[in-house]
Amino acid sequence: MAHESTYKPGNALSKWFDDRLPVLRLMHDQFGVFPMPRNLNYLWTFGGILTFFLVVQVLSGVVLAMHYVPHESMAFASVEHIMRDVNWGWLLRYMHANGGSMFFLAVYLHIIRGMYYGSYKAPREILWILGVFIFLAMMATAFMGYSLVWGQMSFWAVTVITNLFSSLDAIWSGLGTAIVEWIWGGFAVGNPTLNRLYSLHYLLPFVIFGLVLLHIWALHVPGSNNPTGIEIKTKSDSISFHPYYTVKDGFAMSAFIVLFAFFIFYAPNFLSHPDNYIEADPLVTPPHIVPEWYFLPFYAILRAIPDKLLGVIALFASILLLLFIPWLDTSKVKSARYRPIYKWFFALFVISGLVLGYLGAKAPEGWYLIVGRIATAYYFLHLLVIMPVVGWIEKPTAMPGSITESVLGKGAGGGTPKGAAAAPERR
Amino acid sequence: MAAKTIEPTRRDFMTITAGAFAAVGAAASLWPFIDQMNPDASALSLASIEVDLAPVQEGQAITVMWRGKPVFIRHRTAEEIEKAKAVSLSELPDPEARNMNLEAGAPANDINRVKDKNEKWLVLIGICTHLGCIPKGQGIADVKGEYGGWFCPCHGSHYDTAGRIRKGPAPRNLDVPPFNFLSETKIKIG
Repeated sequence: MAHESTYKPGNALSKWFDDRLPVLRLMHDQFGVFPMPRNLNYLWTFGGILTFFLVVQVLSGVVLAMHYVPHESMAFASVEHIMRDVNWGWLLRYMHANGGSMFFLAVYLHIIRGMYYGSYKAPREILWILGVFIFLAMMATAFMGYSLVWGQMSFWAVTVITNLFSSLDAIWSGLGTAIVEWIWGGFAVGNPTLNRLYSLHYLLPFVIFGLVLLHIWALHVPGSNNPTGIEIKTKSDSISFHPYYTVKDGFAMSAFIVLFAFFIFYAPNFLSHPDNYIEADPLVTPPHIVPEWYFLPFYAILRAIPDKLLGVIALFASILLLLFIPWLDTSKVKSARYRPIYKWFFALFVISGLVLGYLGAKAPEGWYLIVGRIATAYYFLHLLVIMPVVGWIEKPTAMPGSITESVLGKGAGGGTPKGAAAAPERR
Repeated sequence: MAAKTIEPTRRDFMTITAGAFAAVGAAASLWPFIDQMNPDASALSLASIEVDLAPVQEGQAITVMWRGKPVFIRHRTAEEIEKAKAVSLSELPDPEARNMNLEAGAPANDINRVKDKNEKWLVLIGICTHLGCIPKGQGIADVKGEYGGWFCPCHGSHYDTAGRIRKGPAPRNLDVPPFNFLSETKIKIG
């Protein structure tokens, strides 16, 4: 959108159309000839993969909604009806359930890539913040969708998560309880709760869709970051989006879909929990409540802290802090490839996330609790202390002068002006 | 007086009027959209139930539903009552009785956890005050926690034989719902 349009209507009809609604021009400029860094690796393919999964979830969700009944006495049975009676119902439901997991797997890899290569830094702060909003909306959507099955895990996940708001009673007596009863539409999780979760589960994907459009818009103003973190300076630094990255994205997407298909056809319930095949019973709490795998790190943070209100604050802070990392990271260098100290701390950050994910599925006792507290402490320490401090004290390693030089080596960059190679950017 | 007063124009008037109308209108119509989510008339109408206690033997417990929530009714043994009475207030993480039949802030003595000094019958809302799980301890074979009352399996809260929180992340004692003895062996909850 920051580039001069090069669209030339091929015939009279497309010219007529272009004068009235230039949507083909938009596609041509933004997804045809759009200049992309020439050195993107496969970690840059998750944007396309995520878009694909948003479409999969919306399509499979719309058709599942044709058979699902959002009522406390019929919801669980209607899911089984989809599994047993509806034509291809099992496939559609397994696509939707595992599609959610694949969506989160892709988004975590997308986020880690963005963090490692400093894609949140100027001029991409708004792009990053929109991404955090998308992540939050995804979490809300996934949580609500899981509740609709109305199995034991669904029911108790809703109970536990909505009760998080009751911690506000510690700030102002009665406030938390009032909010929780407002969310429930009653004095416990019940039919009104299920109904509204269904309504919002149908709404939120369209909110995500709107946020994704803004995310892509904000991406196409500065253009994509790349593994060197050096911006495009000359024509030889860039290649057009089509065919180079449409093909690369398509190939990565196909590989990812193989994984998706593996889960659908060979392990459809591997990522789920058997207790969710027991209908919701408000009188019996399962002995071990576990959220879906993609929420485990945050659940571990909640449980690592012994105080109810502080646990809830830590849970929300662990995600909301991500909004501020464009300013918490003080380094002038974007890519961790050239950051000899930060690189290792970042690896620890990813490990702490994985450890928290593992502990989220374990009972918070003994060693599990101690390790959970250490990993939680590191998670926050990394964002609040290590990111700013390492940015100040670290001396980055030598960077190539340009994207072209990083690919072809010094002096090989045919179109690179001499001045560009001699003056590394942002040092 | 040299200063010239600027008269408001018709456009100023229309801008302010339309702006005020839009702001007040939007604010006023927001409330029905928010309030529709609060518990509705049918939820509020399930206000009270009667429970016959006659079949509940000493040492037994039953669970009934009131307003969609489980209510624990335990026929406590003399030993359980003694155990609860022996605890001093300073040992309790939450020193308030949380008994809806008493005024707020009453101390959590065992006598304030029951109704009309009837210590045999302990009536509690069976929802962990941490994150709303149903604690274990109603069944004969259930784990009852370190203090012999209830144990919440979700995040490890221990309640004693008066339903008071003793250990774990739960911030409050189990609530005692409003109820009355209709006779020796019959109560009305709500």
